[in-house]
Amino acid sequence: MNINEILSKPAEAARREGPSNKIVLSSRVRLARNLANLPFPGWAKKTVRVKTFKQILDNVMEVAPMRDGFHAGMEELPTLDKQLLVERHFISREHAAKTAGSGMVLSSDEALCVMINEEDHLRMQALLPGLQMDKAWMAVDQFDTALESNLDYAFCKRRGYLTACPTNLGTGIRVSAMLHLPGLVLSEQINQIIQAVNKLGLAVRGLHGEGTEALGNVFQVSNQMTLGETESDIVERLNKVLLQIIDHEENARAKLLENKAKMVYNHIGRAYGILANSHSISSKETMNLLSLFRLGIDLSLFPGNKPALTEELFIITQPAHLQKTLEGKLSAEKRDILRANLLRSRLLKVGRPDMPDIGKTEQNEE
Amino acid sequence: MLCDICKENEATVHLTQMVEGKTKKIDLCESCSKAKGVDDPTGFSLADLLLGLGASQEMEESGSTTGKCPKCGFSQTDFKKTGRLGCPDCYDHFTEGVESLLKSMHKGTRHTGKAPAVWQQTKVYVDRLHSLQTKLDKAVAKEDYEKAAEVRDEISRVKSDFSESSIV
Repeated sequence: MNINEILSKPAEAARREGPSNKIVLSSRVRLARNLANLPFPGWAKKTVRVKTFKQILDNVMEVAPMRDGFHAGMEELPTLDKQLLVERHFISREHAAKTAGSGMVLSSDEALCVMINEEDHLRMQALLPGLQMDKAWMAVDQFDTALESNLDYAFCKRRGYLTACPTNLGTGIRVSAMLHLPGLVLSEQINQIIQAVNKLGLAVRGLHGEGTEALGNVFQVSNQMTLGETESDIVERLNKVLLQIIDHEENARAKLLENKAKMVYNHIGRAYGILANSHSISSKETMNLLSLFRLGIDLSLFPGNKPALTEELFIITQPAHLQKTLEGKLSAEKRDILRANLLRSRLLKVGRPDMPDIGKTEQNEE
Repeated sequence: MLCDICKENEATVHLTQMVEGKTKKIDLCESCSKAKGVDDPTGFSLADLLLGLGASQEMEESGSTTGKCPKCGFSQTDFKKTGRLGCPDCYDHFTEGVESLLKSMHKGTRHTGKAPAVWQQTKVYVDRLHSLQTKLDKAVAKEDYEKAAEVRDEISRVKSDFSESSIV
């Protein structure tokens, strides 16, 4: 089994578009479900886990969008393939560390994904490009309803869907959006925004969720509370906040161009310079510079280039993707060199940024 | 004041956050605050901290939630270690501790969202029965026996309809 042949090509995945895609990279809704009368995966003995996995898998594979989907037990997947799935946001880092008795199912359009025996028996998610929260919620809701007729969920009228961790109790819903916010970072407003969002009971995290760094100016905003509110209220509340963040980011970008264009051009120009000319570059630096390159494309400083290009480069320069394309495990040093080679060759076709020379005009005026 | 996490060092970092109108406070020592990433505002939310920390305390304080879950053998100590419960029935066994924990964590302590179809039917049935019972009580109180008889017939009809359609 070659995971590269199963997953969509990075260029293809990068071309998927949705509303407000300039700022909202993706929308995700996940539901946590457990089976009644069985211990949660973290507390279950291996034999029980293996049996439960089989039972859940058989039922998941019968639901329409999964019938021609991809499925695997975690013990079947090589480490590199698991890491690749993490980089595509199909499974969590925790899940990648699991072995026999846990597994995953992915629909052929890659919009629906189920983790079996992660922290809960079932973690199902709908992942769509751009801002499409309602659509993502409807997709995962429908899938859950289809599944529930065959599986006996642990549910109680008062507390709702019972989950391993009390933080997910009730609806078991986690609604999150991945946002690209270079404007708010460059204008140093990001901490204010994060604090304001936190006050509304929402969490702001890094690229891969809980406890991860905000690399490449990408932030994940999600609900924290799952009990005492309906799913649609939670989705609606997050949506409202997202629209405001989009507004702030757009304003920040406009203001920066108005007042600090030189600073913005300097950042973007340098990012381009390093990406197009370096001979060794880490994935962290790459992500941060690609974010600025993407901002440059958003601001029409690289005519003829689309954001999908940076999205693709973002995917293929991550460690597992890089190693998978080059067939084999590589040391970090070797990876940095190959990453730089890849970026140099891909940026050959991208012309130099088209930026007005602000300083010069000012001088002439004097 | 000692650090809420290690309970050894003097707390020097004091955090207050309003979550949905409720004030949450936490006091940490320097090394714990670093370990929890509090000094990095981009990756930090107080709710993450409250979980696992507040959790075990709340469970401990409510005395009645001692012993092991009869269904899966999970104990409070296990919860303290993992921040997760053992099985769905743990929620019934550790009721009191869980209840105060949920209060600090969520908007409410009662589920108002989606329910499996089987439960939805039951809910409609229970609600209907409840409102009919109220009607019956009112009629009896007013000594309107004609109305009471009507409602009583309605109740038995609803009950038999439900037992016929019920999947359970």
